[in-house]
Amino acid sequence: MLVFPATAARRRATDRLMTGLAAAAVLIALAPLVSVLIYVVLQGATSLDWAFFTQLPKPVGETGGGVANAISGTLTLILLASCVGLPIGILGGLYLSELGDGPLGWWIRFTADVLNGVPSIVVGVFVYTLLVVPMRRFSAIAGGAALGIMMAPLVMRTTEELVRLVPTSLREAALALGVPWWLTTVRVVLRTAAVGIITGVMLAIARIGGETAPLLFTAFNNQYWQTGLDQPIASLTVQLYNYAIAPYDDWHRQAWAAALVLMSMTLLLNIAARLVGRSRSGGR
Amino acid sequence: MMQTSSATLWSRALLGALERSVPVEGVGTQRIQAVRVNAYFGRTHAVRGVSIGVQANRITAIIGPSGCGKSTFLRCLNRMHELISGARVEGQVLLDGEDIYAKEIDPVMIRRRVGMVFQRPNPFPTMSIYDNVAAGLRLNGVRQRKLLDEVVEQSLRQAALWEEVKDVLGRPGASLSGGQQQRLCIARALAVKPEVLLMDEPASALDPGSTLKIEELARVLRERLTIVLVTHNMQQAARVSDSTAFMLTGELVEFGPTAELFTRPRDKRTEDYITGRFG
Amino acid sequence: MLPSNVGRRAEALLPPGAAFVRRHKAWTDAVFRAVLTAFGFAVVVIVASMIIQLSMAAWPAIARFGAGFLWTQRWDPVHNVFGAVTFAYGTLASSLVALVLAVPVSLGVAIYLAELAPPVLSTVLGFIIELLASIPSVILGLWGIFVMAPWLRSVVEPDLRAILGWLPLFSGPAYGIGLLAGGMILAIMLLPIVSSISREVLKSVPLSQREAAYALGATRWEVIWRAVLPYGRTGLTGAVILGLGRALGETMAVTMVIGNRPQVSPSLFQPAYTIAAALANEFSEATTGIYISALIELAVVLFVISLIVNAIARWLIWRMGTLPTGGMG
Repeated sequence: MLVFPATAARRRATDRLMTGLAAAAVLIALAPLVSVLIYVVLQGATSLDWAFFTQLPKPVGETGGGVANAISGTLTLILLASCVGLPIGILGGLYLSELGDGPLGWWIRFTADVLNGVPSIVVGVFVYTLLVVPMRRFSAIAGGAALGIMMAPLVMRTTEELVRLVPTSLREAALALGVPWWLTTVRVVLRTAAVGIITGVMLAIARIGGETAPLLFTAFNNQYWQTGLDQPIASLTVQLYNYAIAPYDDWHRQAWAAALVLMSMTLLLNIAARLVGRSRSGGR
Repeated sequence: MMQTSSATLWSRALLGALERSVPVEGVGTQRIQAVRVNAYFGRTHAVRGVSIGVQANRITAIIGPSGCGKSTFLRCLNRMHELISGARVEGQVLLDGEDIYAKEIDPVMIRRRVGMVFQRPNPFPTMSIYDNVAAGLRLNGVRQRKLLDEVVEQSLRQAALWEEVKDVLGRPGASLSGGQQQRLCIARALAVKPEVLLMDEPASALDPGSTLKIEELARVLRERLTIVLVTHNMQQAARVSDSTAFMLTGELVEFGPTAELFTRPRDKRTEDYITGRFG
Repeated sequence: MLPSNVGRRAEALLPPGAAFVRRHKAWTDAVFRAVLTAFGFAVVVIVASMIIQLSMAAWPAIARFGAGFLWTQRWDPVHNVFGAVTFAYGTLASSLVALVLAVPVSLGVAIYLAELAPPVLSTVLGFIIELLASIPSVILGLWGIFVMAPWLRSVVEPDLRAILGWLPLFSGPAYGIGLLAGGMILAIMLLPIVSSISREVLKSVPLSQREAAYALGATRWEVIWRAVLPYGRTGLTGAVILGLGRALGETMAVTMVIGNRPQVSPSLFQPAYTIAAALANEFSEATTGIYISALIELAVVLFVISLIVNAIARWLIWRMGTLPTGGMG
């Protein structure tokens, strides 16, 4: 029998050391998250008052003002984006799961992945050349289009995954009853997958609601309420950015407050979506 | 699964068992003694109070229908069972008189002294044949190339694989055939010079030719090691082993010299299993 | 024979009455099929038009500067001379710093969550770390400007300079804002995605591989280091490269802390400029047609690089799933 007593203690020590390092890595990973949360809450909470939510931004030099137009702008942009992103995402995802097992389906899936990986600023540049230049102005429509293009592949992927989970037996049961295929797909399959799809949409909205880069030269920004969808529009993210990089302390204060509003919205959507998703699938 | 057998196969197996039942000198040294071993998966009681003495330099087979706990019991002998989350072992397992479940014993050391070969060959696919065999040595800090070369060759010879792979030691371990991979895994286990080798249905995933090679190997290895073999193939147990234990729903039903167990089983349940009334 | 309760469930989802069934015409299915296909195809249309539109808009610059664009350092809007090198350097350098910082930590997190932590803790911690991924880039940037950069300027960079200042990497004045800050904030953004994919990769390593190592008498760490990690190395590399792909395209947080100065300097403390940051800052200020065209050419360069990197990453992760496991399958 070969005996290796000398190395045994060293190996045990290494085992303990590595376990410690791995645990330390987790702490290092959590540190920025905790720090961001703390700072946003502490710095932003004090500035949250009724005025912040209802007033327009004040001009340079005056303190106070709010982000009412930015909040409404973000909501408007999300709505516009959904007009593009939801049809393509849900119907496209439905295509992929029901009809997408051939070569065309492969290419569509591949392209959706590609679109997912395109940097958001490049999407912004694209919509700039496509819409802003011909229209000769920044507009909410352009901003909505850019966000919608980013939304589509996200919703497509989750829709496809969820619709595929619907058991074939359910489809067959409806078809066997004489229900036409299209109605089966819409009323039976889609309805069954609905909760999961809504979860995916919530996550996608949380993602695009936090995007700034694609809005920089599509929706641009607006210090006032926008007058039409073909005008520039304010958004929480762009407003936050402008406040943060400006040299005025009061704007910095408002940046933190806007960050608190934005992050609350994002985190709430994310947590809600993930909790709903987990409980539905029963811990997959 | 019912095992139908032809008369010739049976008689050959029995002859082999009878030959081996002639007492050999040194009989009586027990390498492993399991004392009232109980094993649990959470609340499921998988092994119920099994006590067995495994003789040194002999092959002890454990047979029984699927789910009877034979593999679980085997894993209690090298402290692999407790790696499953929620699993625990009660009782004692004495290796040369020392309880391997004592508090101060390091399971890592036990697993080096009691090696294991699994049902499906599991060579490390990212390592070459050489590196697979040397893996256990390197873990223990052996670095000198000459020593590694020596032990690798020795282990591959003991596993009856040397001639087939000596010129291609650099090839990935997963590039061999199923039977060769299993012998590679045996060589890997042998390289750390264990005292006991546990084999968990080592040939069940292999073709008959490889199966016979593995059985021959076990007979040869017996001279150096103690072997405990779990198998669902009764003829294999009869062909190869010196003592056989029959387990049913976690309990040890009967244990004795192979020839006796197969020709004059004392328990009716053993007789029913052997004659194929269930299985 | 279908189980009867499935039929009842299906019925419950349908509108009452079966009259519509008899009025079914075959063409409604075909129309629906066409609609689905059209919307699915829309993504192809979008990407195709993206490629075409951007190439066309960048064409004036491509025609003017040719391949020299890729290795010209000078970026001079006044004299209409444009080259991508400073931005490419900034993008690659900041991504490299990000990977150096993020990969060991992500690997540690993945190993801890997949192998070492009890299951409940693993799920909770994993969930929390994924939340890090949902923080908008601009908020991280805000935190970066007012919390991380001052910390770098007053604590980290002076310490680094004190210990390692003889290396050109850590020389020069400490601004806080700069290449190191950019890399660090990118690392924070990469952590969740690299660690969660790595975690999946590690979980997919078969039990038989771990058992083989345990049976040889390996400690838990040795099982991870010698059996699990080598088995998963293809997928792990894929995770890292996927992280790289994300890092290349990140805009807001980076532009807020990297300093936005178009220069190439060996020191990590110096400000720098990435392609994405340049696009974010200069686009609205671009006046001449060639300026805009050059910026769009930068966008094309970024597009192509991120396309290639993402493709490599996905190929590696796909290959991981088809690794030979040994034995009979």
